[in-house]
Amino acid sequence: MSDSTAAIAAAVEGAVIGDSLGQQTISVPVAQLATAAAAAKDNGYEMLVDLTSVDYLDRDPRFEVVVNLVSISAGVRLRLLAGVPGGDPTVPTLTTVYPGADFYEREIYDLMGIVFEGHPDLTRILLPDEWVGHPLRKDSSVGAVPVQFKSSNEVS
Amino acid sequence: MVRLAEPPGFLTTTLDRAAAWAQTKSMWPAVFGLACCAIEMMATGAAHNDMGRFGMEVFRASPRQADLMIVAGRVSQKMAPVLRQVYDQMAEPKWVISMGACASSGGMFNNYALVQGVDQIVPVDVYVPGCPPGPQSLLHGILTLHAKVLEAAK
Amino acid sequence: MAKPPDLSTGDTEATITEAPKGAEADSSAEDSRRRTHDVWLSGTEEPDWIGKYTSEGAQEMLDEESDAVLASQRGAVVTDDFVLEDDVSDQETQIINMGPQHPSTHGVLRLQLELEGERVLRVKPIIGYLHTGMEKTAEVLTYLQGPTNVTRMDYAAPFFNELAFSLATEKLLGIEIPPRASAIRVMMTELNRIASHLLQLATNGMDVGALSMMIYGWRERELLLEFFEKVTGLRMNHNYIRPGGVAADLPDGWQDDIDNILYVMPRRLPEYEDMLSENPIWMERTQGVGVITPEECYAYGVTGPIMRAAGVAWDVRKAFPYSGIDQYEFDVATGKHGDVYDRYLVRLAEMRESLRIVQQVADSIPDGDYRSEDRKVTPPPRQRIDQSMEALIHHFKIFTEGFKVPPGETYVAVESPRGELGMYMVSDGGPKPWRLHVRAPSFAAVQAIPVMATDSIIGDLVATLASADPIMGDVDR
Repeated sequence: MSDSTAAIAAAVEGAVIGDSLGQQTISVPVAQLATAAAAAKDNGYEMLVDLTSVDYLDRDPRFEVVVNLVSISAGVRLRLLAGVPGGDPTVPTLTTVYPGADFYEREIYDLMGIVFEGHPDLTRILLPDEWVGHPLRKDSSVGAVPVQFKSSNEVS
Repeated sequence: MVRLAEPPGFLTTTLDRAAAWAQTKSMWPAVFGLACCAIEMMATGAAHNDMGRFGMEVFRASPRQADLMIVAGRVSQKMAPVLRQVYDQMAEPKWVISMGACASSGGMFNNYALVQGVDQIVPVDVYVPGCPPGPQSLLHGILTLHAKVLEAAK
Repeated sequence: MAKPPDLSTGDTEATITEAPKGAEADSSAEDSRRRTHDVWLSGTEEPDWIGKYTSEGAQEMLDEESDAVLASQRGAVVTDDFVLEDDVSDQETQIINMGPQHPSTHGVLRLQLELEGERVLRVKPIIGYLHTGMEKTAEVLTYLQGPTNVTRMDYAAPFFNELAFSLATEKLLGIEIPPRASAIRVMMTELNRIASHLLQLATNGMDVGALSMMIYGWRERELLLEFFEKVTGLRMNHNYIRPGGVAADLPDGWQDDIDNILYVMPRRLPEYEDMLSENPIWMERTQGVGVITPEECYAYGVTGPIMRAAGVAWDVRKAFPYSGIDQYEFDVATGKHGDVYDRYLVRLAEMRESLRIVQQVADSIPDGDYRSEDRKVTPPPRQRIDQSMEALIHHFKIFTEGFKVPPGETYVAVESPRGELGMYMVSDGGPKPWRLHVRAPSFAAVQAIPVMATDSIIGDLVATLASADPIMGDVDR
């Protein structure tokens, strides 16, 4: 249903409609993300399905916040993409539009280090509170422990 | 194990062996199912592979009443102090079975989030391999533990 | 990174009359005397670090929180008709911790409750006790190894994780898989739906008090798990559905096994209904308990049986069909009230619908390949490796380096027994995913627990939690 997509893109400055393997996407500037989400909700996308982030290490802007929405009444999906700069990654919170974004934003903050302005309680959710670092970033290693394999010369 | 003040003699060794026999026949596990292995642990307690025939179908929620902690599943960094606290709260004598690959060694998840082997936190008596170990493997591990307890009392 | 505690040097001094660290400082002298003990057995004192590592820290549920946080803990974010009376003074409430090790929390979920007697005023779920770093691990494994990692997320319904991963990979690759592979996938996933619902019914029944439900549920599960073991080699966490198709064809004699399942299951399901559906205790404990409205479902992204029990007929199998499931006839079960009882009925009905689908698949499964012919994606059969150099090279490349997937990003969702399970996959053209994010249905369900738990007592909370069916591997990944 591209008229609702067009309506949403019209409500947001700097929105670019795209198509990713048959799925509708709208790229928005990060400052407009909450506006775009509100526009989507007004245009029939009742439910926030997923809110996640990607770390494109060598790209500027470095991070990307991805919002997957679905319209239950119309049966269509929409994806909002917002590029977030790596130096001071802050994004306006979506909890005012979709309350369910709460835990998703905390997870992104925890694992990727992107700060959501206006979130009521932005604390770590999956890792212990005193953890240092954001493991899902591409410059963090996976943290593997060296494993020894007994040589095959040993006869069991 | 029963610790007695007198030096070992005929009566006390028999008492030791009797105590060990009693302990193996009703070794109550504590509820410590974490992940997929917990499902297989519950399957071991269900009707098809019955743990109740070994006196073990009662999973005690309170660690004070439990003898055996079957660490069933992957132990994350956040869960590790909780694991230790529950282990500390169990009363002697107590045993630990590390069930599955993740509890024994970190399993296939060699990364930042998991403790690579629960023996870094608690002393383990029997390791049961598998991902997840089927009920028969877990029962074999439990019976190995019983044999170990009986052996130690001889 | 948090250092693991150094346990080699234990504290073996028999220090006495020391309150364990981490206990809150209490102004009342009587309380502090109750907390200290006259005699500690040597070696059993609480170690110093226990207080620090197991304290609530930033996750603590405070008496005064901000209004937005209070609203989410009371489950009152979405304005609906329900009005909470604020007549309880702070002195009478108690903040108590439930979990992460607790017989009724379905894995390692921790709930902080503010209680007034037995009435639950606020709920704060704290998760992360099973965080396995699967999304990071997925960036280190090839696409062929991916399903082994992902299948251990929602460990009660492992086929669905593998299916979503494989569908996302195949979408990025742009390949079609043979119809027989799709039919096998549908059959295995629908059987897995039945197994998962049996698990949920069993644990739900046990939590509410119907202990025999546990035995019945597992008895039926053994039937299905034996079939899974016959087909995939494993009872759980199968790694069977892979990008390109399935790992192996169905074994000889599978028709007889399916016929047996389809004969036995419809005769066992009425046993559950006999035990629970008209049972006055069950009805008393589950009707009107844990209610969620459709608006709240939309607000929190709760899908699956919870949403359908609230009355919304939304099923990803109907809305965005996958693996050719739209060629099979099945209905979507919905409820009316959105309470625990309706969710129980919806899951029973879904089991029957899944049996219907399995019957249709078994009757109409096409012959053909069980995996794609594309040699760049699918490993060649082992016998060909001796005969053909090309097959050897393909085998080597696929198993060491992995097949390369063109750059792109996609989101694919399947209807798992808990709701919409989606994979957001980003590929950079290499043999490993650049980013894999899993949209876990239990994550949204756990977030909605405060909403479902408004106006409950602890017993209601336990029943609600069981019916929300969170699998912590899914929540924490």
